[in-house]
Amino acid sequence: MVKYCIKRILLSLLILFGVSVILYFLVRCMPVSYLEQKLASSLGSSGGDVSFEQRLQELKEYYGLADDSFWGICKGYWDWLMKFLQGDMGVSFKYNRPVEEVIFENMGISFAISFVSLILQLIIAVPLGIKCACNQYGKLDYIVTVLTMIGISFPTFFFGSIMIKVFAVDLGWFEIGGLHSNLPVNATDWTRFWDMMWHLVLPMFVLVILNIGSMMRYTRTNTLEVLNADYIRTARAKGLSENKVVYKHVFRNTLIPLVTTLAGILPGLFGGSMITETIFSIPGIGNIAYSALREGDIPFIMGYNMFIAVLTVIGILLTDLMYAVVDPRVKLGK
Amino acid sequence: MEKKKDLVEETLEETLDSVAPTAETAEETLSEEELHGESLTDRVKVLSPGQMVMKRFFRSKLSMVGLVTIIVLFLFSFIGPLFSPWAGNDGKVPDTENIKNIMLPIEIEYVTEDGEVYTAYTITESTPTVNKEGDISFDHWLGTDENGWDLFTRLMLGGRISLTIGFIVIFLETIIGVCLGGLAGYFGGWVDQLIMRIVDILSCIPTLPIMLILSATLTAYEIYDITRLYYLMIILTLFGWAGIARLVRGQILSLREQEFMLAAKCSGLSTGRKIFKHLLPNVLPQLIVSMTLGLGSIILTEATLGYLGLVAPLGTATWGAMINYATKDRYLTGFPNFWVPPGICITLAILAFNFVGDGLRDAFDPKMKR
Repeated sequence: MVKYCIKRILLSLLILFGVSVILYFLVRCMPVSYLEQKLASSLGSSGGDVSFEQRLQELKEYYGLADDSFWGICKGYWDWLMKFLQGDMGVSFKYNRPVEEVIFENMGISFAISFVSLILQLIIAVPLGIKCACNQYGKLDYIVTVLTMIGISFPTFFFGSIMIKVFAVDLGWFEIGGLHSNLPVNATDWTRFWDMMWHLVLPMFVLVILNIGSMMRYTRTNTLEVLNADYIRTARAKGLSENKVVYKHVFRNTLIPLVTTLAGILPGLFGGSMITETIFSIPGIGNIAYSALREGDIPFIMGYNMFIAVLTVIGILLTDLMYAVVDPRVKLGK
Repeated sequence: MEKKKDLVEETLEETLDSVAPTAETAEETLSEEELHGESLTDRVKVLSPGQMVMKRFFRSKLSMVGLVTIIVLFLFSFIGPLFSPWAGNDGKVPDTENIKNIMLPIEIEYVTEDGEVYTAYTITESTPTVNKEGDISFDHWLGTDENGWDLFTRLMLGGRISLTIGFIVIFLETIIGVCLGGLAGYFGGWVDQLIMRIVDILSCIPTLPIMLILSATLTAYEIYDITRLYYLMIILTLFGWAGIARLVRGQILSLREQEFMLAAKCSGLSTGRKIFKHLLPNVLPQLIVSMTLGLGSIILTEATLGYLGLVAPLGTATWGAMINYATKDRYLTGFPNFWVPPGICITLAILAFNFVGDGLRDAFDPKMKR
């Protein structure tokens, strides 16, 4: 088990290394003049004098952008890697602050939104999925299957736009975007909290509706598999009531694959949802990353993408480990 | 079931003349099985696996709905523009409303020598030559856009590009994925290790940020025309084949150990023949399913990028580019006719491909009884 873990972790490091190489070389496909321009704009209005030129050159040296030849890029990558291994992701061009600081600062709100919507999804999807599986090809099953399919197929941005148009613009029930409305200075914390919650209703609704489908289908498929298992037949044969069979025997066994997928989702919670946050202009990590990415902010792009890649790798690792933890029949090794 | 019974009764009536004594018993046994054909020997006709799949597929309502939707969308985008008077290269709609554009007056204050203060206003007036942001009318079923294009025609033309992108990318992905996945699965060893590590790396890279980097690069090189779409397709393919390769490899790994492969080996077949004639056809069902589902997701990616205003080239309509209107407050609130129809088309396309993919998956599954 320990050996397996070590092997997997080493492999993950290799993967992360590969990811960083691909990312860095992709990012460096951008012409230097463009980056120069971005750098210059991040330096602010002090342009024109000698010190500006000097500072620009210094910055370029610092980021390893000065040399645009192949070896120059390789050297730039090496410098970046060394700094990254020491936990220094560099300073973002756009936000003018250390990348890790920007990421951790904006992660909270993204995490809160994703976490609450995940809980809501679980509460709705799991019971519904089991119910559908128990009445396979029934009316409810049919309706729910079609609805989840529609939910899966609905593009986030389209659904989000419709929600904004209908509920925020036409009906005026919710705010169009952002986190806070203009509250009086003396507003209590409680009012501020409710105000924020009110802003988050639509984004969360969109997230839940669009993500619930896949989870429900997953639950349904797994329940169907469990229902065909021998131990369920045994449970029925020994005369248990249908309720007991479903809630005690089926339900618990359905949770096995579910828990493992959840382990995979968990790291993803921190990454933010780029599109939803952009649509509703929530200042989460996704939105921040989106604007940085659009502007060729190399340190931030590298930092953010590595952050996501690390989360993904952890997710995969957790999923595999959870299999062994939850299901004693699974033996890890080799 | 109704139809089947009819069929059986028909054939029975025909055969009654020739084999009257056994007909009574035959009826009971035959009605259980799927039979057709004229003579008694022909009647016991076993459906080939392919026919069974087709039968199961066409019996499922949802997959039929999906299939019909796909066909309708294709006709809409590929045949539709032929009937549109606005589909030409310069299909801007001439203005018929003759509403003058009046610029807001600019106030100019000046003081004469006498000390009196005068205020003058400049008003710019122009009559537009093209019908911009026209209303929904009989001629323009969805109105016209801000450049004077007929939106309904743009929708059809956009469908052409969006659907074509989907098909091209999925085919390229499949070719690369099948080749590399096949190699990895068949040869194993270091080939497998190498390819699978690349697959792992690729599946750890998030698509959207890559696309954003691509878009920033293209913008930096000032590429705004249709070449953007080619780059989009290249990147989507390069980062998208990993899933298919993994699927193919997994299947081949399990198939490799089966008896029929041993038989193939014993008969001295070449490696290429073994892979392409014996292994791949067995992977085909899963491959077709994942291609169908993949098509939907590629259309979704294209649309997402278009929505974010990233890859859509200037002047060329794609569904993604059209839904980009929803990012602008003016159109989001005031002109739903700009962004709702492309959104519906995208959703319908993805939904249809998902339905068909799902139907195919069920149809290919031999364990499915229905």
